[in-house]
Amino acid sequence: MILRELSEAVGVSGDEGDVRTVVLDAIREHADKLHPVDEVQVDTMGNVLAFKRGEGRQRLRVMLDAHMDEIGLMVVGHDSDGFLRVRAVGGIDPRLIPGTLFHVGPDRIPGVIGIKPIHLLTDQESQKVSKIEDLVVDIGAKSKDEADKLAPLGTYAAFATPFRELGPTVSGKAFDDRVGCAVLVELLQGERFRCDLHAAFTVQEEVGLRGARIAAYAIEPDCAFALEGTIADDIPKDKDVSPTTELGKGPAITVMDRSFIADRRLVRLLTDTAEELGIAYQIKQPGIGGTDAGAIHVARGGVPSVTVAVPCRYIHSPVALLSLDDFNNTVRLMRESLSRLTRRTLSRD
Amino acid sequence: MRDLIRKLVESYGPSGVEEQIRGVIRAEVEPLADEIRVDPLGSLVVRKQGSDGGPRIVLDAHMDEIGVMVTYVDEKGFARFTNIGGVRPLNCVGARVAFADGTMGVIGVDEKRDNTGKIPKLEQLYIDVGATSRDDCPVHVGDAAVFVRPFVSQGTRLIAKAMDDRVGCAVLIETLRQLEDTPYDAYFVFSVREETTLAGAQTSAYGIDPDLAIAVDVTTTGDKPESQPMAVALGKGPAVKVQDSGMIAHPKVRDLLVQRAKEAGIPYQLEVLERGTTDAAAMQLVRAGVPSGCLSIPCRYVHTPSEMVDEADVQNSVRLLLEVLRTV
Repeated sequence: MILRELSEAVGVSGDEGDVRTVVLDAIREHADKLHPVDEVQVDTMGNVLAFKRGEGRQRLRVMLDAHMDEIGLMVVGHDSDGFLRVRAVGGIDPRLIPGTLFHVGPDRIPGVIGIKPIHLLTDQESQKVSKIEDLVVDIGAKSKDEADKLAPLGTYAAFATPFRELGPTVSGKAFDDRVGCAVLVELLQGERFRCDLHAAFTVQEEVGLRGARIAAYAIEPDCAFALEGTIADDIPKDKDVSPTTELGKGPAITVMDRSFIADRRLVRLLTDTAEELGIAYQIKQPGIGGTDAGAIHVARGGVPSVTVAVPCRYIHSPVALLSLDDFNNTVRLMRESLSRLTRRTLSRD
Repeated sequence: MRDLIRKLVESYGPSGVEEQIRGVIRAEVEPLADEIRVDPLGSLVVRKQGSDGGPRIVLDAHMDEIGVMVTYVDEKGFARFTNIGGVRPLNCVGARVAFADGTMGVIGVDEKRDNTGKIPKLEQLYIDVGATSRDDCPVHVGDAAVFVRPFVSQGTRLIAKAMDDRVGCAVLIETLRQLEDTPYDAYFVFSVREETTLAGAQTSAYGIDPDLAIAVDVTTTGDKPESQPMAVALGKGPAVKVQDSGMIAHPKVRDLLVQRAKEAGIPYQLEVLERGTTDAAAMQLVRAGVPSGCLSIPCRYVHTPSEMVDEADVQNSVRLLLEVLRTV
């Protein structure tokens, strides 16, 4: 399963090399030999841009985006006793990391986020969440020099969570957005669509949608789909309020989030296709989160855009969980929608 | 212009769902255009080609309005919602909202909340469309609604929802109507999505690549009881923006507006807005930069369902734009 390799690859924003290797390998070496992609390149910021020509006439230029980067930590200092001081890269949740295992640096040195044992906590301490600035990473170094040598300033650290299959669901780290990358790898396989596919596996989404911005400028698409792993908040609640999305209820389509408003014609294409084929889908709770579509839709003269996501529980935590049915339905919905997408879909009349 | 303003403010068009209002504006401007197009994000661009092949100028007013979007329909058929643009809970309770298909809703508030003496949060409000269950609720997650309130004219004051910025759209349309000849290659842009991200003006300006851009939008005033201090008042003329929290107007655009107003004896005010911005902020950063400014129509109670402007300010805005377009 490509999702396993993608999830276990390490690629905190700005340091996506490992993930890029997995992606390039998947679309070049192990690609469908009958229907290969036509061009692959890596741009100045490190985005992977792959092009697969369509078969139709007057072909639409369709951008498919998934970001390769994940949230993590960066080393910003060394204590005299060998502990690492770190800062967040992207939206990491300080409640969830004390006591967890990280991979530090390119050699994946194991590091534990240091924490006082429960036996020694005062009542007051047990009620408090430590700020990231107050946490340390313990890589077993005994001195400042040793720590500096093993993990110099600027070294990245990522969650060290193995991928697991739990039956109908799978668990692992960085499903935001390696699951989008996995969907995109799948969409590049198989027969050509009528439209031209411009796939962008982007960098630095978690720190400000940066890779997508230049990718969309370069591609100059007629429309765009951002493929994501999104928030599922369907754990039990005392009130009748929105779960944002729910596991097992199909791909989640964004109408509006904090970064953009989706193009209604593309939303309709997706929902009409799903209804026609009986594919489960859900509308993501509007107003929450943001994706690369926020940067893509304002590229050049404007790009009608939408986001389609696989629901993931415990996103931005050390371990997330998703349904393989949702994954497969997302691939299917995208494939069927892309084969129905024509210039008429985007006409205003 | 009252009938035009009435027609525009009573139309439906929250950010991102501008099809209806675009249709209304298109019907007004189509006969006046040398060229008309809808941009990729939905902005309506009307070109009036000048006689001398002069510089490209953009006159922009946004056609979208603030609104609400359904985030969840509960088991009993009540709809929770989020804001589209700057919606304040203070102005929501008891308000009525209309969806694209005409379905009406009333905004209610959780009675069992902490701090009932305080202004509720948005997530403590809901829309009641009279449904009894999720299944018979006619509105769904992702549906957008706008505040409704009839248009009123009383003396010289005009009161309505969505004066921000349909009154700017009306000024542009009326300017187009009265424009006989201009040396400029003039683009009248009715932009989308101003209330959320300024995305419409940004992308339209990219497509046009103008030499100069002027946004026409409303601004708040300092003339109400216990107002925040601001040297703009209703009825004292259009306001020439000096700066707001998103931009500093290009001095040459600012001076151009002031100079033309002086020459023609049109009353004007200078505006410094401490909070808020307009499409001009996005347009000035497009490509290698566009000298940009803003002509503001003073407006009380901005972002409430009862925005109030003065008719003389509106008419003087048209006069001033015509003066600007008369000579390069």
